[in-house]
Amino acid sequence: MPSKNKTTITAEPGKQDLFITREFDAPRELVFKAHTDPDLFVQWLGPRGLTTTLETFEPVSGGRWRFIQKDKDGNEYGFHGVFHEISEERMIQTFEFEGLPESGHVTLETMKLEALPNGRTRLTAQSVFQSVSDRDGMIQAGMERGVNEGYERLDEILEKLEK
Amino acid sequence: MARTPTTHDPFNAVAEPKRRQVLAAIGTEELSVNEIVNLLGWPQPMVSKHLGVLKQVGLVSERRLGRQRMYRVNAERLRPIFDWVTPFEQFWNERFDRLDKVLKEIQKKEKSHAIKK
Repeated sequence: MPSKNKTTITAEPGKQDLFITREFDAPRELVFKAHTDPDLFVQWLGPRGLTTTLETFEPVSGGRWRFIQKDKDGNEYGFHGVFHEISEERMIQTFEFEGLPESGHVTLETMKLEALPNGRTRLTAQSVFQSVSDRDGMIQAGMERGVNEGYERLDEILEKLEK
Repeated sequence: MARTPTTHDPFNAVAEPKRRQVLAAIGTEELSVNEIVNLLGWPQPMVSKHLGVLKQVGLVSERRLGRQRMYRVNAERLRPIFDWVTPFEQFWNERFDRLDKVLKEIQKKEKSHAIKK
């Protein structure tokens, strides 16, 4: 069931960064745990239709991470980076998609977790790209995936109708 | 990432900051090339070049008025560009909805542990 907590993404035209904001009905320590416990992290990393494997996952300051996503045709997509700083208040890491024609397009991601009253948590993430076109390319790739997922859902609906 | 030519894709057309400035200068008005030149303070050929691209992708429409050509922003064509983060937002929404589920499960487990203690 979709949550009432809506995700907000802000990407001002011509800028190199984007912001993601979301609130959760869970205390900060748990939101943090879901980001740093490998068994929990793979459960929600997604996207759907892809299986995610954490090849390296060292959620401590100075640690490395790498995960691989595999689609049903066997295509693999690798991502890797390093954890610069890990604490319950703040996680800073680098991020690179290995499937780009050239390497070195690295994003710097800072995620802040803010404890709210009634055991809730606000997550704010900033991604800084090396150029405006890197950022816009990433959003466009996400857009294509969003459209694909939309089609997948349409397929599911059509399948149900046929039965 | 494959890119379509600037002259076909409104997204790529507005990726150029100068063209966004042209759109912002026109705003909700209908202006002649000279008026846009005055507003931006750029050389006229440069303004005309960007207007040409914007016209080709349908982001501005052109109308002849006597000896002048008048330009206005085609708001309908611009809408998908303002909505462009929506699917990306959806992708993150789905990811965070899954995180919600994980969080709910841990909370349930922690509660049952507490009762056992």
